[in-house]
Order: sequence, then structure tokens, then C-alpha cells
Amino acid sequence: MTLSSISSTLSRRPGIRLGLLLAAPLTWLVLVYVVALAALLVTAFWTIDSFTNELERTFTLDNVREITGEALYRTVTLRTIGVALLVTLIDCAIALPVGFYMAKIASRRSRHLLVIAFLMPLWASYLVKALAWRSLLSNGGLLDWAGGLVGLGTPGFGFTAIVLTQAYIWLPYVVLPVYAAYERVPDSLLDAAGDLGARPALTFRTVVLPLVVPGLVAGSIFSFSLTMGDYITVNIVGGANQMLGNLVFINSGSNLPLAAAIALIPIVVIMIYLALVRRTGALENL
Amino acid sequence: MRNIRTRHTIGAAVAALSLITLSACGGDDGDSSTGAVDKLGENEGEVSILAWPGYVEDGSTDPEVDWVSGFEKETGCQVTAKVYGTSDEAFNLAKSGEYDVVAASGDLTLRMVAAGEAAEVNTDLIPNYEGIYDFLKDREWNTVDDKNYGIPHGYGANLLMYNTKDVTPAPTSWKAVFEDAPKHKGQVTAYDSPIYIADAAVYLMAHQPDLGIENPYSLDEKQLAAAVDLLKSQRASVGEYWSDYTKTQASFETGDTVVGTTWQVIANLIDQKKAPVEAILPSEGATGWNDTWMISSNSKSPNCAYAWLNHISDPEVNAQATEYFGEAPNSDKACEFASEGHCETFHAGDEAYAEKIWFWNTPINDCLDGRTDVECTDYQDWTKAWSEIKG
Repeated sequence: MTLSSISSTLSRRPGIRLGLLLAAPLTWLVLVYVVALAALLVTAFWTIDSFTNELERTFTLDNVREITGEALYRTVTLRTIGVALLVTLIDCAIALPVGFYMAKIASRRSRHLLVIAFLMPLWASYLVKALAWRSLLSNGGLLDWAGGLVGLGTPGFGFTAIVLTQAYIWLPYVVLPVYAAYERVPDSLLDAAGDLGARPALTFRTVVLPLVVPGLVAGSIFSFSLTMGDYITVNIVGGANQMLGNLVFINSGSNLPLAAAIALIPIVVIMIYLALVRRTGALENL
Repeated sequence: MRNIRTRHTIGAAVAALSLITLSACGGDDGDSSTGAVDKLGENEGEVSILAWPGYVEDGSTDPEVDWVSGFEKETGCQVTAKVYGTSDEAFNLAKSGEYDVVAASGDLTLRMVAAGEAAEVNTDLIPNYEGIYDFLKDREWNTVDDKNYGIPHGYGANLLMYNTKDVTPAPTSWKAVFEDAPKHKGQVTAYDSPIYIADAAVYLMAHQPDLGIENPYSLDEKQLAAAVDLLKSQRASVGEYWSDYTKTQASFETGDTVVGTTWQVIANLIDQKKAPVEAILPSEGATGWNDTWMISSNSKSPNCAYAWLNHISDPEVNAQATEYFGEAPNSDKACEFASEGHCETFHAGDEAYAEKIWFWNTPINDCLDGRTDVECTDYQDWTKAWSEIKG
């Protein structure tokens, strides 16, 4: 059969065509995403032979009991959520004015330049960015020098450093959806509000913001969930701190079921976050 | 119409392509046969090695430091090397089955054997094995049930490093990172692995004899709790923990860290102009490593793996490698090739000295010190304790 006869057969049978088109991506989705996630969920209820590291496939609630009962996991979960919330707040606070400027004020040319400028960090490796922050924050680094001018030192490695670095790394993921949301706000609405006598602050609060919230929500889902799962930044600039990702990592070698159980925590937190976001109705407007 | 036909052709082509991709992705798992081989075949042309930093150097770190290129030329086995920072990390990587050879410390070897990741090694096929110190052969970390699982590489101690400008008077005891740690609050470092608990246990052995610790890898619950308490109070002064050796190197150079545990190789790598550092073996003794070259049970290049094991235990190569890392070599012959004083510094072949270093071992429920009236804490307990210490 030649390619053209195959294609004519396929063109006569849309069902086969669709099936063939979707077979591979769907198989991947099921195998890589659904099965992997299910395996993770199941593993959390297994246990392990402490020496050989062999999984023992017997159902137990020990791991779940451990992560809900021990103070360690509460502390680390709270710290991780705290970092994720702060990162999201900082990124939103930057994205709101920046996005407005890019979409409504900047000239065509500088708008393109700004978009490129905000996308640029995405072209560099994650590790390079985290390590760059390490040298910025270190003793004798740029922040130490700049802080010294106003009588402060570097915040050093630790909680603040994690928040700063993560806020930097995930910023493009918040700026872009917010910018796109502003773009969709018709200029005529702003004019109409002005004509009707609304001051800029009122226009922003009652006209622009409600239209931008879906973009903000989309961005915050990125920054929040990406921060929840991170462990590399913590390793590089986190000092002696640990986040949930680090607990997963340290246990993945010696106790996979416990690591799987810990990995459930961010999943649950993000699901709660999504549920809360959904209640605001922002998801329907996406 | 023309346009629609084109779209269908493209659709069909994409569908066909994705099916091909799918079928090509079906993996084949190499069978993992055990039992040592009794003769070698032709070299496979490549070998991948998982090792501590500084163990597999091909001149890319320092053009003067190269014992890989010669091996590649001689045997035709192209070497790809991956370095790791902790034994836990190595265990995860080794389980992927992608590495033919693993350089493993004593807290890893037995786990490798127990998990079926290590192949039995026929030492008769490694001519250089004969010259290796007898006291390194057939030890509990490289031999299980009279079966050999690897070739001894070298051994050394986890040292105490300090910045001579900032830490005065010069410390002689691990006290510098425990009781005296608050003096350098935020600038103390420690090795980021559960096995570091043994360092605290070594300190307690000397300073709190009533705890009755006989072996730092064999702690009952009360003894572990004492070590954890000590490490928790240390935690308040720790600026950061390290497992990546380049991170601790940079940290000492910038002055973010001034005192903490280290390896000799890190002390060697630090630019003395940036930070004047000294690494010492404190009076309490220390934990240490005694490393073994193992072959993966999933190795697809066993012949090249054997060739590497023989190459790395060649006295001249072993001298280079162990000197670069800063540890005692595995044979007297190697000492003839090492720089003057190297074997004396590291007490190579000095059995009595080696007895003082507590080589990394895997903590298990059966107490390693021979106690039978109590159950000891195992590595999982240590991992949990370590997470709690960091908080």
C-alpha cells in the first residue's frame, strides 16, 4: 500500500483516523501520568524491608499515620506552604503593575522588548539561576555589598533566600498570563469608565481587576504548585532548611513508601488550593 | 479539497509516526544473572562508572590529573563517569541499572548486595588484586557469605576543616563543631546524610562514656537519642549542610562557612588565597570510608568493568587516584608510586591506625558490636532521625 492509498483509506474512515492520531499520546498520558500517579498512591500504603530495600506489598497505614502524626512533617509542610504563598504574593505583586504597563502603556516596540526580557530567564537553566542567586546572596556577594551601603548585610542562606530565589525563578510564569489577561481588556472599557467619571483607582478595582483575576489565578497556580514541589533551590540557597521535596528525596533511597506518602502532602495541598480557587469562580473565566 | 487531502495525509503520517515512536519505546530489560564469571571475553567498547568525586579523572578537572585516557586507549573501553555526593544518592542511581561499575563505601556495599544490585566478582580475573593489603580483603563490607563483591580501593577519614584566620585557637577536637559551635553561629557545616549521626556517636564515645557506645554504627534507642540531641543543638549553629563537595568548597572560599566536616580532597581543592584552611584528624578519631569497586548485576559491559577494576587497582593508578582524593592507597606497591610522605600521612598499611577510623557501615537491627540483649536502630531510623534533626 502506498502512502496515498493509506491516506485515502484514512480519509474515508474518520474513526480510524482519530483512533490512530490519539493512540500514542493517550497511551503516553495513561502510562506516564495516570499509572505513575496511581503507582505513587499505592506505594504510599506499602512498606519496605529495612535492609534489602525490597518493597513489601502489604497494605498498611503506617506511613500515612507517620506523616500526619509527627511534628516534623507538620513543621516542614507549614514551611513549604509559607514559602509557596510568599512566592506567589511577590510574583503577583510584581506581575500586576508590570503586566498593565506592558499591555496598556508601553509602545509596540518596547512591549516586545519587555516580553522578551521577561521570557529570557526561561532560556537559562534552572541550576544556573539558583547558583547565580547563591553567589548574589553569599558573603561578599552583590547583596552583601548593596545591603552594606544602607547598613544591612546579606540575608544569607535560609528562608528569605529560598523565597527570593523561587520568586525570581517562577516570575515569568505569572507575568505572562497576567499580561495576556490585560491584553484582552478592551481599551474602550477604560475609556468608558473614564467618561463616566471613575477615577483610575476605581476603574482598576471595578473594571480591570475582575477581568485580570483569571490570569492572576492561572499564574498563581503555576508559582504555587511549582514552589510546593521544589527541592533543588532549597539545597542550593536554603542553608540548613528543608522543604517537602527534600524529605521526599532523602527517603526515596531508603524508604520509598514513606517518600511516596510524603509526596501526597503537596498533592493534597494543591488540590485544596485548586478547590479554593474554583470557589472564587476564577477558573470558569480562564 | 486539495487542502483537506493534505491535512489528512499529514494526519495519517503523524499517526503512523507516533505509533513507530511508541513501538520503539518498548524497553528491553537486561537479565540480571548472578554468580561470578570465570573467564573474560572481548571488551564491549564502553563502561559507565558511578563514583565519588575525584575517583575517575580524565584530565577535564585538571590536565595533570588523568588516569582514564590511558585506560581508554589501552582497552578501547570509553568511560562515562557520574559522580555522587552521598551513598543514598548513589544507591538510587545504582538501582537505575545504568552503571556498570560503582565505587561504594561501606554504608552502601551491603545494601547493594542485599538489593541484588552487585555482581559477585571473581578476583582471579583481576591480576592486580594480589598486591592489595590483606587486611582490606574479605572484610564485612566487601565479602558476604564468602563471596567477594568488589575490589578495595582506598580508605581515609572524615576530617575537621577550619579557616585558620577565623577559628582560633586551632581546634584539635570535634568539640569545635559541637560544644564550641555557637562561637561560629551560622558558619558551621556538616555532612548532609544520616550517616553523619555516627560522627556525633564517635564524639559521644569519647566524651560521654557512660552511654556505653562501643561502635558508632550500632546504637540502641537511648544512644541514638543522645546523638540526635547533640546534633539538634549543633543544628542551631549550622549555616548549611553539604553533600555536594563543590558547594562546601565555595562556601569555605566565600567565608560563609568557617568550620565543619570535610574530605581531604576538598581541602586540596580550596584556593588557599581565598580562604586559608587546615584539615585535621581530631583527637577523638573519626568516621571514615573504606571504598570498594563493585560491578553492577545489570552491567551490559562486564568485560570493560573487569578491565576497569584491574586498571584502577594497578599500583601506579591507585597511587594517583588515592593521592588525589586524599586517602590511603590499597597496596604497598602503590606507595612506591605515590609522592613522598603520602603513605605516611595517611598511614597506609598501618592496621592499628585503620582500626581507629570507624569506617562507614550500614546500621542494622542486629547490633554490630555484638550486643544481643537490645535491638539496635537501623538505617531507616537514622534517616528519620536525620530529617528530625534538620527540622
